[in-house]
Amino acid sequence: MSPLLTLVGVAIVIAGFALRANPLLVVTVAGLATGLAGSMDPVAVVTEFGRAFTENRYVALVWLTLPVIGILERNGLRERAQALVAKVKGATTGRVLIAYLALRQLTAAMGLNSLGGHAQMVRPLIAPMAEAAAETRFGKLSDRTRYLIRAHAAAADNIGVFFGEDIFLAMGSVLLIKGVLEHDGIDLTPMQIAIWSIPTALAVFVIHVLRLVRLDRKLRREGGA
Amino acid sequence: MIGLDVVYILAGFMFAATAWINFRDRANPKRWKSTLFWGFYAVTFMFGSWLPPFVTGCMAIVMAFTAGLGGLGKHSAPEPDADTRRGYAERFGNRLFIPALMIPVVTFAGTVAFKYLGVGGKLLVAPGNATLVSLCIAVLLALAVALPMLRQTLAAPFTESRRLLNAVGPVAALPQLLAALGALFAAAGVGSVISDLVGRFIPVDNGFAVVVAYGIGMALFTMVMGNAFAAFPVMTAGIGLPLIVHLHHGNPAILGAVGMLTGYCGTLMTPMAANFNAVPAALLELPDPNGVIKVQVPTGLALFVVNIALMYVLVFRF
Repeated sequence: MSPLLTLVGVAIVIAGFALRANPLLVVTVAGLATGLAGSMDPVAVVTEFGRAFTENRYVALVWLTLPVIGILERNGLRERAQALVAKVKGATTGRVLIAYLALRQLTAAMGLNSLGGHAQMVRPLIAPMAEAAAETRFGKLSDRTRYLIRAHAAAADNIGVFFGEDIFLAMGSVLLIKGVLEHDGIDLTPMQIAIWSIPTALAVFVIHVLRLVRLDRKLRREGGA
Repeated sequence: MIGLDVVYILAGFMFAATAWINFRDRANPKRWKSTLFWGFYAVTFMFGSWLPPFVTGCMAIVMAFTAGLGGLGKHSAPEPDADTRRGYAERFGNRLFIPALMIPVVTFAGTVAFKYLGVGGKLLVAPGNATLVSLCIAVLLALAVALPMLRQTLAAPFTESRRLLNAVGPVAALPQLLAALGALFAAAGVGSVISDLVGRFIPVDNGFAVVVAYGIGMALFTMVMGNAFAAFPVMTAGIGLPLIVHLHHGNPAILGAVGMLTGYCGTLMTPMAANFNAVPAALLELPDPNGVIKVQVPTGLALFVVNIALMYVLVFRF
């Protein structure tokens, strides 16, 4: 059997996302097809699927924050966050997000990954603040602009945490790098590895700040439309 | 010792409440499907540690098909309008931030405290679980503060999590399905097939070509797996170590650090990294599930180029 057959799952994933099929369906079919193509028997495929699904339940624990966020939102949390930003002179969407990016990257570099996240920070606080900063300047925003600003709020969170965390010594990624190198007989301390994450961390900060400055310019040009 | 099972059972209750409220939502013609989806999800959370994996696997597959074929229907959830919310915002003022900020602060404090809290010489919570257990405690404490402060009933946590879970939709379970896909990829050896393929096309005696191949391999394989952690061992053992470190005497620390971060560039640009891209798009109620990715692509591509340049300039020099 050709080893290339095991790539059938990759092909299904690419085709599925390109055709905008339902992602849950695409991923499940790709998983089952990969297992069968790798000549596992069907029961073993489903068993492995279930084992990994169960073992990774922890990624869904972020939803535990929803009851708190929901209650607060219902009682005006987002409106309060917006009012607060509206009072800050000179606040723009780009500047709000640059401040959050810097905060997220610095705290992640200190190992404080839990101070952020899409459910806890972005939806209830950061996205409303970024929207409010634009609204104060340009009045009511078009849906297109509003969605663009929200997407940027989520991006700032991702970029901040991804490129901050590798500077922290005890982070899983640093330990994984150490482990893989050790397996090859190369013994390094986490410190020796983490220090080489700093150039990239600085570079991404500069790149993304420039993009947020451009976002501000675009918003000013279009006046919220 | 407190394990994650308690936390999973609690989350299971929340999903079960969503299933129950959706079941009673007669305005939704697809309420049966919705109940089935969230009900099965609740069962996998509450009993997942004890159910045979084959059974959980079947349930996950049923969930995917239930959501994938025709969706879960429109849910009705009455929400106060913007003016009412602004009124509440004035009344409660900055006190509204207290429960919201309690979540990260208590999670962090708990994570630190559980390093030391022990009973009879044994840690109360295993170090790997400390953050998740602390998150759960933080949510419970935040609710204990928010409910009396905002004069909410005990039903509010369930109706509100149901409202938001329905807004997010079945994508809520996607990160776990992707992890399951990753496990099957690993079992079938997809990684080594890809690194063989990439390895076959590199002019190995050219240092720059090797660095570019490793970088592209890291970013692409991360995009396929949705996770740089899955790509890193395969690409590093297959290309990075033999070609960059052993053949061209590159610095392994730089290879590892910059290599991993090149993988992260891929994470920014792939729908397979659901919890970073598709989930926030759903959570922020964007009409385009790829809205977050589209915003991240320019930064991801620019940083990819910078990383290749950094790797090439640094890895053979130190």
